[in-house]
Amino acid sequence: MSFAAVEPSQALEFRVRGRVQGVGFRPTVWRMARELGLAGEVLNDGEGVLVRVGGAQSRIAALLRRIERDAPPLARIDSIERRRYSGRLPQEFRIAESIGGPARTQVAPDAALCGACAAELRDPDERRYRYPFTNCTHCGPRLSIVTAIPYDRATTTMSPFALCAACEAEYRNPNDRRFHAEAVACPSCGPNASLVAFGRAGAPRDGDAVKLAAGLIARGDIIAVKGLGGYHLACDAANPEAVARLRRLKRRDAKPFALMARDLDVIRRYCAIDAVEERELTSVKAPIVLLRATGPERLPEAVAPGLDTLGFMLPTTPLHLLLVDQFEHPLVTTSGNISDEPAVVDDTEAYRQLAEIASFALTHDRAIANRVDDSVVRVMGGRSRVLRRARGYAPAPLRLPSGFENAPDLLAMGGELKATFCLVKDGQAILSQHQGDLENAATLDDYEKNLALYRSLFDHAPSAIVVDRHPEYLSSKIGRAEAERRGAPLIEVQHHHAHVAACLAENGRPLDASPALGIVLDGLGFGDDGAIWGGEFLLADYLGYQRLARLKPVAMAGGAQAVREPWRNLYAHLKAVGGFDATPSASGDWSALNGKPLATIDRMIEQDFNSPVASSCGRLFDAVAAALGVCADRQAYEGEAAARLEALAAAAPNETRGYALRISESELIDIDAAPMWRAIFEDLRQGVSAQTIARRFHLGLAQSITEVAIRLAAARRFETVALSGGCFQNRLLFENVYDGLCEAGFTVLTHADAPANDGGLSLGQAAIGAAHLMR
Amino acid sequence: LSHGSGGRAMAQLIADIFHDAFDNDWLRRNDDQATLDAQEGRLVMTTDGYVVSPLFFPGGDIGSLSVHGTINDIAMAGATPKYLSASFIIEEGFALGDLKRIAQSMGDASRAAGVPIVTGDTKVVERGKADGVFISTAGVGVLPDGLSLSSDGARPGDAVLVSGSMGDHGVAIMSRRENLEFGVEILSDSAALHGLTAAMIGAAGGALRVMRDPTRGGLAAALNEIAHQSNVGFTINEELIPVKPQVAAACEFLGLDPLYVANEGKLMAICAPQATETLLNAMRAHPLGREAALIGHVVEDERNFVEMTTRFGGGRIVDWLSGEQLPRIC
Ligand SMILES: [Fe+3]
Ligand SMILES: [Mg+2]
Ligand SMILES: [Zn+2]
Ligand SMILES: [Zn+2]
Repeated sequence: MSFAAVEPSQALEFRVRGRVQGVGFRPTVWRMARELGLAGEVLNDGEGVLVRVGGAQSRIAALLRRIERDAPPLARIDSIERRRYSGRLPQEFRIAESIGGPARTQVAPDAALCGACAAELRDPDERRYRYPFTNCTHCGPRLSIVTAIPYDRATTTMSPFALCAACEAEYRNPNDRRFHAEAVACPSCGPNASLVAFGRAGAPRDGDAVKLAAGLIARGDIIAVKGLGGYHLACDAANPEAVARLRRLKRRDAKPFALMARDLDVIRRYCAIDAVEERELTSVKAPIVLLRATGPERLPEAVAPGLDTLGFMLPTTPLHLLLVDQFEHPLVTTSGNISDEPAVVDDTEAYRQLAEIASFALTHDRAIANRVDDSVVRVMGGRSRVLRRARGYAPAPLRLPSGFENAPDLLAMGGELKATFCLVKDGQAILSQHQGDLENAATLDDYEKNLALYRSLFDHAPSAIVVDRHPEYLSSKIGRAEAERRGAPLIEVQHHHAHVAACLAENGRPLDASPALGIVLDGLGFGDDGAIWGGEFLLADYLGYQRLARLKPVAMAGGAQAVREPWRNLYAHLKAVGGFDATPSASGDWSALNGKPLATIDRMIEQDFNSPVASSCGRLFDAVAAALGVCADRQAYEGEAAARLEALAAAAPNETRGYALRISESELIDIDAAPMWRAIFEDLRQGVSAQTIARRFHLGLAQSITEVAIRLAAARRFETVALSGGCFQNRLLFENVYDGLCEAGFTVLTHADAPANDGGLSLGQAAIGAAHLMR
Repeated sequence: LSHGSGGRAMAQLIADIFHDAFDNDWLRRNDDQATLDAQEGRLVMTTDGYVVSPLFFPGGDIGSLSVHGTINDIAMAGATPKYLSASFIIEEGFALGDLKRIAQSMGDASRAAGVPIVTGDTKVVERGKADGVFISTAGVGVLPDGLSLSSDGARPGDAVLVSGSMGDHGVAIMSRRENLEFGVEILSDSAALHGLTAAMIGAAGGALRVMRDPTRGGLAAALNEIAHQSNVGFTINEELIPVKPQVAAACEFLGLDPLYVANEGKLMAICAPQATETLLNAMRAHPLGREAALIGHVVEDERNFVEMTTRFGGGRIVDWLSGEQLPRIC
């Protein structure tokens, strides 16, 4: 290679930041620069990618445009800084060796199979024909296989697989789409799939493991499938007997099963798909998308009992594609676990947990380093909202708003259920993938393991720890212990304040912006007065908040037991509106309460025995659901009653009237459901359908929320409203509140990239913590 | 009962109630102190205050409880309880009949246990300064040389045993206090455990590492405390933990976890693995240990977690509660 001095005035250096390593960025730049006849080099360093380029001004400008426009699919450019370059440049543009520096590079999220790899998979002339582990720089495993930094093959679970000559050549060739694809593999050097019998059947089966597995599924078997970030349990979704058996064996009574179909046409037979939903389904993130089940065909009710939505995803790995390709209809692909356990990632553990459920495992010899669950999104108000943020999303950083550029490194511990944690680093928030319920021992182990992993991946040393104020959250306890061990300051954040801050941060609301009205509707969070909150109107910025309104608090007889048994909330609500006998009825009219030991509940509430009061929106949903006989005795999973109530309401699309709620004149506004209960009682007596009642509840609640915001805005100066909390995963509630507030002239901030539920808490905690430290 | 005005006569009346109920050689001497014979081995001493509502509950009352509780604290050290003292704070206006009943119950409990109440004191305070009656009992026991049980003695691999069903006392108290009916009456398990512990020591000797009566905070608190003190963790199995069906049902209704509910006549023991069978058999041979069960093991865990395998085969962290059982569910 020849070196020639280039005029300094014609040479520039671009510093590209963002997710630009391990995603095929350098070869893309290399190809572009060569096509444009430019001299120079491209290299990785500790801060991202450096492009040094010399040549005609217009061609350099063209290169910059093309980099911005045609970056590889998995890349995300956060910024490009340009400056003059006075060093020497190679005449022939080259990819230079990486230079060291502090690790600030990013591990990319796992990405679904790309079109080029899918085409190879189906081409009998390709050497990777039907090879279940094909991938390239545009697709394949990332976070799920990484064990340390720097991200290269040696620090992934691909390290045991030595590249064959052919793969090595592709890996070294900048013109190949597998250039530096760390997980590159082929049938002669990479991992292999096998079909392993669980239980009595014994030895592995010979032949094409995928085809054998498909045959078993077709005959009604349940098969464990080792996926990208964890095992799935798969069965034929159109086979009611198989679905019912899976429910029974998995001990999952009612929670909807995720589905996988080979293409959009299959999904369209069951669901309507709009343009935004189609874009989500086919994106590299390939999440589960909750779709309206309004297609011409139906799946067995047991797939998603009582719901009007189905959660569909397209194949995310070649292994999945090969499998579902064999079917004209969808497969159930639910997480491989029992009941509330996290999805299994380890082969031995899979055998231990899943052998009683699945007859065989379609497995392979590439280890899953980190559990990364399937992500779940729902399109509401024309935008995709992430409900569970994991595969395809994490650990992509979210940029913090202006003012947070110099935020110190800190660690926010998140909540208890749907737990995530969040690192603040270089003005960015790195939100972990969904971890789950920390009271579950395996989940807690994972949470701690991932904390350690993220700290090493992002070279993170927190100067402060942020926790929820709840005294019993395990995340808070771990955080407190960690702060003590490090001698780092501990910042405690109120639950709903964190929700608001998450919404503000995700929407780029600057650090010094004036307070916005946060409307947070969720199940339960620990309030600053020691009571339980969950229907809150907080005028908030990152530093603090003022509680202006709330749902009127109602007792939860039996504490957490009231969450499991919605009838308790119905009774407590009726009692609160003036006593059960004061309602114009005998108890027989509320069939959900028939035969219930109400006298004992009375005493528990009156004597304040394990019956904390809660201003919870989730409990209000439970109470209304119980009134309509929905999950009255028990809900099988968190939010089941509310989800079913929404499905009922969606079935009465023509109803436009809502039940009024009473808004008090007090200093702290109480939103009182008393008038609603009387109206529901009247409607029930007149035989109004449950669908109509459910819809009137949704509409009335949304109208009251809007009304409260308007009333508050009249007295205080705010134009911006932020919506957060798990109740806003309800499309009907969300869209009505959103539209109502927009019509009233508010700027409405909503969640999209971070979950509205407690999965987004750690982001809000991080922002609040950073704001306090920079004060 | 009146305060102050009654003077000497009233004080004498109260003293007589206790003297009659507890009657023994030491009390008959009418001294301000008891003189006790010197003992072989090491002395073990404890003191405990009893504040219970209601004072009378199914299966016991504050009197028997104040005897059993203090005896059990001594017995958990592996010691033989020898003597008790008792001190009473009585609220003005407290019914004399109730006081007699409590005294009688204490005397009966002490005689049945073979541990005399050798000295005591009573005070009557103004109305509102106490809630009926408070009792303080202290106890002295003897620990033979060579035996050493303490909460930092649990070692990975050790077995964890309980002597019977969990949560009976707490549920009995709560259902009476809150006047909550559950169809079947649930009795407190209040009992003196020194006979059982003597049998256990006889059978397992030095293989016995820790004994603990899971009173306030229940089994969960006891395990978490020992986990920290011994710097270990526990794995226990929900299916193996005895809980009476009516207690489980009441807890489910009240939204309580029986593992966090108090016991007054049960113990938890940790022993070297090889002694498990012997110890279990010895416990089951005793009337207070008939339902003894192996519920789990000590494991190495620097986080000192108590992890429970649930009925569904999942794993749950049974954590230390800093307060009441506040819902964590979102
Ligand atoms: Fe929440
Ligand atoms: Mg004590
Ligand atoms: Zn690809
Ligand atoms: Zn190869």
